[in-house]
Amino acid sequence: MAAIASAEESGTQIPVPAARKVTRRRSLPVWRWAILLIAAAYFLIPLYAALRFAGFKAFTQVVGYQDFGSAFVLSLRLALIATVLTLALMVPTTVYVHLRLPQIRRVMEAITILPIVIPPIVLIIGVLKVAPGFLLGSANLLGLEYVILAMPFAYWSLDAGLRSFDAKTLVEASNSLGAGWPTTLWRVVIPNLRTAMLSATVLTVALVLGEYTMASLDNFQTFPVWIVNFEQNSGPVSVAASLLALLVTWILLMLIVTVGSRSARRHGTGQVQLFSISTQSASRIIGEPE
Amino acid sequence: MAGTATQAAAPEVVASGARPGLPLKMARRALRWLGVVPFGLYIALGLAAPMIAIAIAAFQPESGGFVVSHSSGPTLSNLDTALHGEYFVGLRTSIELSIVTSILPGIFGLLIAYAIHTAKRGSVLRRVVITASGVFANFGGVPLALLFIATLSTTGVVTGWIKDVFNGFNIWDHGFTLFNAFGVSFAYMYFQIPLMVLVIFPALEGLRPAWREAAQNMGAGTWQYWRHVGGPVLFPSFLGCVLLLFGSAFSAYATAEALTGGTVALTPIQIGALLNGNVVAGQQNLGYALGLIMVVIIAIVMTGYTFVQRRAARWLR
Repeated sequence: MAAIASAEESGTQIPVPAARKVTRRRSLPVWRWAILLIAAAYFLIPLYAALRFAGFKAFTQVVGYQDFGSAFVLSLRLALIATVLTLALMVPTTVYVHLRLPQIRRVMEAITILPIVIPPIVLIIGVLKVAPGFLLGSANLLGLEYVILAMPFAYWSLDAGLRSFDAKTLVEASNSLGAGWPTTLWRVVIPNLRTAMLSATVLTVALVLGEYTMASLDNFQTFPVWIVNFEQNSGPVSVAASLLALLVTWILLMLIVTVGSRSARRHGTGQVQLFSISTQSASRIIGEPE
Repeated sequence: MAGTATQAAAPEVVASGARPGLPLKMARRALRWLGVVPFGLYIALGLAAPMIAIAIAAFQPESGGFVVSHSSGPTLSNLDTALHGEYFVGLRTSIELSIVTSILPGIFGLLIAYAIHTAKRGSVLRRVVITASGVFANFGGVPLALLFIATLSTTGVVTGWIKDVFNGFNIWDHGFTLFNAFGVSFAYMYFQIPLMVLVIFPALEGLRPAWREAAQNMGAGTWQYWRHVGGPVLFPSFLGCVLLLFGSAFSAYATAEALTGGTVALTPIQIGALLNGNVVAGQQNLGYALGLIMVVIIAIVMTGYTFVQRRAARWLR
């Protein structure tokens, strides 16, 4: 165990030889490679098929295609509304709960799991039933509701972020130096939460750009709704648009991983988040060499 | 902890006036809750109110049009309709589909997770698989449906391959279709397997090497270790993750809708058809009743999840 640990440590400086030595010692048996190969086939063949199906020309047609512009702009607008509101609501709330009401953290965890487990189709029909008239005809209603959907991601990222540094001591220090709450929040807490806020932002944007259920029930043509509506007109263009959407998701998530592991290296704590439910443990999954 | 709270609360206490003794303490305690009021309000309006509205509407008689009459009392007729005929079939298909697409990806995801668990921490293999799982697990919905249309539809690429290899054998002529629950389950596994990898991995990492060493020192083989140590420790986590996958498959709407154009008889699709405004009015409350049933089923599943998670936490972490 000690040998492996030290090999991993040195791996950060000279990664190649150390990694090779260890891999050879714990090489994977045949059945594991078989499983990984089957998985690779199942996941890569549809991607390849989609590339073939779309063809190169479809990719160049996506942007100029009928209504693409307005659908994409609508999705971006909703992403902006949802992100700004989510951060404005969740950063103060999470910090406040962390510092002054730690006893309700379990309640917060229970509440924040609800938007994940309640089926979106059920939530949106309820929202459309209770929404006041001035919001019903407006796409802003979707933006407001996406805040609810994004809330778990935001809360868990921010909560993990707050655990990664000694917020209590820093806030006490700031207060005893005479700073009020707004100054402390703005100049002490938020700078330490930048990574967490970035991952909350990215997850919110990814969520809004891909959300179909609520938008289609609310009859607004966001980007995913547009893809489905135009699948009848041109399959290849829709498939090309889907692949572009996958690429965007991938880039956004890689951004969290990269920034997350860089800050993890700096602070000595891991907080890399790839998927909502596994947030608390995602850093351990990635397995930054300790 | 209390020290921080008192210090931080200081400015507000001054602002709240100089009432001495008990009232001051109570006022201070009340003021502390002010910080979560905006969040509470947002949840009440955006989450609680819609759910309550659904629960009420599920028991209201159908109005026959857009005019809702409040004169007649609550009724069970919506729930009755929702649990019979085509809606019962939809519910049953939904549950069966969710069971299949949680257990199979559960097992396969566990195997993948175990395969990378045995790889070194920070190795390339581990990074690639976990990152890919993160992307694919987030890749539900519309793009996924189109991926499968490109792959397995009548003109799909893999359909063509099968035709080439097996002398023009067209799977669509022999009972295969993407547009029923069986076809949909193919697509669901595409996000269920990576989700399983992500959620079961921490449990695998929680198995301490010391347990295995101890078992080996006492003469246990691989099978005995898994039968008596690894298996029992891991099983509650596995069950919890499968329940999570069940919930994820049960609430999925976008993939099935985009793949089949709303023709597959699943409860979420039926709700969408009843309430998207394209069908004859007068059956909205039936849609709300179906929604209520979905929430109740999810609540049961999540209760089970919480229960097994508690069991799992006994040994892991």
